[in-house]
Amino acid sequence: MSFLEYAPAPESTSVLHLRKEYGLFIDGEFTEGTGGTFQTISPSTEQSIATISAASEADVDRAVVAARRAYDRVWSKLSGADRGKYLFRIARLVQERARELAVAESLDNGKPIKESRDVDVPLVAAWFFYYAGWADKLDYAGLGANPRSLGVAGQVIPWNFPLLMLAWKVAPALAAGNTVVIKPAETTPLTALIFAEILQQAELPDGVVNIVTGAGATGAAIVRHPDVNKVAFTGSTAVGREIAKTIAGSDKRLTLELGGKAANIVFDDAPIDEAIEGIVNGIFFNQGHVCCAGSRLLVQENIHDEVVDRLKQRLQTLRIGDPLDKNTDVGAINSAEQLARIRELSDIGELEGAERWSPDCELPENGFWFKPTIFTNVSTSHRIAREEVFGPVLSVLSFRTPAEAIAKANNTPYGLSAGIWSDKGSRILAVADKLRAGVIWANTFNRFDPASPFGGYQESGYGREGGRHGLGAYLASAGSAASVVTAAPKAAKKGAQR
Amino acid sequence: MSRLTIPKTYKLSIGGKFPRSESGRTYEVTDSKGAFLANASLASRKDARDAVVAARAALGGWSGATAYNRGQVLYRIAELLEGRRAQFVDEIMQAEGVSQAKATAQVDEAIDLWVWYAGWADKYVQVVGGANPVSGPYFNLSVPEPTGVVALIAPQESSLLGFVSVVAPALVAGNTVVVIASERLPLSSISLAEVLATSDVPGGVVNVLTGSPSEMAPWLASHADVNALDLAGAEALDWIELEILAAETLKRVLRPSGGRVSVPASLDRITAFTEVKTVWHTKALL
Repeated sequence: MSFLEYAPAPESTSVLHLRKEYGLFIDGEFTEGTGGTFQTISPSTEQSIATISAASEADVDRAVVAARRAYDRVWSKLSGADRGKYLFRIARLVQERARELAVAESLDNGKPIKESRDVDVPLVAAWFFYYAGWADKLDYAGLGANPRSLGVAGQVIPWNFPLLMLAWKVAPALAAGNTVVIKPAETTPLTALIFAEILQQAELPDGVVNIVTGAGATGAAIVRHPDVNKVAFTGSTAVGREIAKTIAGSDKRLTLELGGKAANIVFDDAPIDEAIEGIVNGIFFNQGHVCCAGSRLLVQENIHDEVVDRLKQRLQTLRIGDPLDKNTDVGAINSAEQLARIRELSDIGELEGAERWSPDCELPENGFWFKPTIFTNVSTSHRIAREEVFGPVLSVLSFRTPAEAIAKANNTPYGLSAGIWSDKGSRILAVADKLRAGVIWANTFNRFDPASPFGGYQESGYGREGGRHGLGAYLASAGSAASVVTAAPKAAKKGAQR
Repeated sequence: MSRLTIPKTYKLSIGGKFPRSESGRTYEVTDSKGAFLANASLASRKDARDAVVAARAALGGWSGATAYNRGQVLYRIAELLEGRRAQFVDEIMQAEGVSQAKATAQVDEAIDLWVWYAGWADKYVQVVGGANPVSGPYFNLSVPEPTGVVALIAPQESSLLGFVSVVAPALVAGNTVVVIASERLPLSSISLAEVLATSDVPGGVVNVLTGSPSEMAPWLASHADVNALDLAGAEALDWIELEILAAETLKRVLRPSGGRVSVPASLDRITAFTEVKTVWHTKALL
């Protein structure tokens, strides 16, 4: 018997107008790929949604050629104001088709409709709206007068926030004057393909954005392509490392937004009600498929038991199930592969001696599901305290002094985000000063805004997305670009051969 | 037979409503050749004071809206104006006696100006504010905030563009405004107020007065509930006297810039009507 019985409240899928098959979006139109096809499935039912083309190396080359042509002939010659107008159009079209995009996202990704509807898609529109306004204000971006675009940007994005990550990549790239070849993740290509229709409605010039679907090989082809000037990747640290090695010695610019193992630090003077909600949001938002998830809870020892008890109570009220149900809190794990990874690491957590707990709840028979899980008695050497699970699994550790909290929080090769819960402003700021992480949330968690830079320290990657800083990833200041080109002609050649 | 047209009564715009002047006065607006166009309201001191009250009342909501929201509202103005281009082109051709091409250029420039300033709403804070590296264990952050109620005298030699070129930047940060329109070319500014009323701009954010700048300006310059004064279109007035009146309550003043038709787009016009707030917070107590 669950906490409360509700009648199902499914969001209607009648708003969708999906095709049975999708090709690649190259040079303004859908074309067939030559790398075979694959199915994109709904992770909550395992049923196929559509047949998707896989882009071969030749297809990627076609896309890059289209992007280069669009850059040379159209996009780089357009005024900033006109580039901005296209981006404003895209923002408005996203707003107009928001519900359709949200339903498609939940269907394809498995995330609850309340998240896709209230978080992902509104942020997508906001991202385009924000960067639209930058397109004719690049002189104010902090890079000196007349910063230049880089050329063709190759972008590879993950499956956890499919359309939002596309917006994070495409909006600043276009605002800065670049053209784009982007690859959505193989398990979540659907909203990117609907987005392609939006680009057609916006009458964006052909070739300015090219969307190539496929798996890792397609992404690698983009990264390697000699005519790509800029690579932007969001995904795992392992793949990010490979990309950095691949482009070493070339003149390609690179930004990486990789994994994390964020500490969420709760002091004994924290507002506990808010902290409990923040901890739950921090790790169970989007099934924990969040690079900046607060996956390590550091609780001051004297409130440890109280916090854990209240967390368990709160978890028992979470509703797990149909992503399209408006009451669902936790949806489906995105893929069988990811589910296996979460299971494996959780089993290892038990074997290493941590105490595992999950609420009583029924899981649907089909699809990929994992109960929200808390591990207590976790020590810093446990793999569940060190490795990114990327699932709804929280590791609880304790500390006695602020210095110990800081040391434990920084005891990780990652450095994407961190949370601090305390009623004492000075303590928040002092701890924030010492944390080695790119985003620090105090008495809140998982907040995102196009005006706010996001990105990591250390092995969580480099470069920032969002805000004025996010433009820097797609621009070269007039002086620095020239010096790079003249200083390293040999390196550029070497890179081109790879 | 051609259809008999229905001329519009042009009124004031105060607090989201369109009242006639409380004084009952009007003045004749003519085209460039002296032919009658309309009887515009000749706003009084009382109308100006009512407009200030409306602007003050609207300040909390407008300045409290998120920057993203303000940006979208300003962009929405451009969207609606785009749909009414023909109306404004006609109005400008009649009032200014210019060619269709010139009138169209003025309308298009005004629309694009709204878009340009709309984009600034959620950006100017990051560009002009920021963290200050003070010596000591302090969090120290400077952030611009809107000044408050701004009174503006619009450039006098343009129907639409001059008006937009001073009003749009004042709105970006969250100020509310009382605008004295061009005396000779007041009609498009009232038509614009009608656009604003059907857009998402809250009532009272933009209040438009038509009539005599030399009559109204001193009352606004000396009004204690006006925080700033933009003299863009005051070149032909005794603007030094206005600046002296404004000094009594230490208003922020922008002097006439020489732009009789319009003032150039610039970030400075946004920041002119902002106050920088710096917050210190200790980081010494762990």
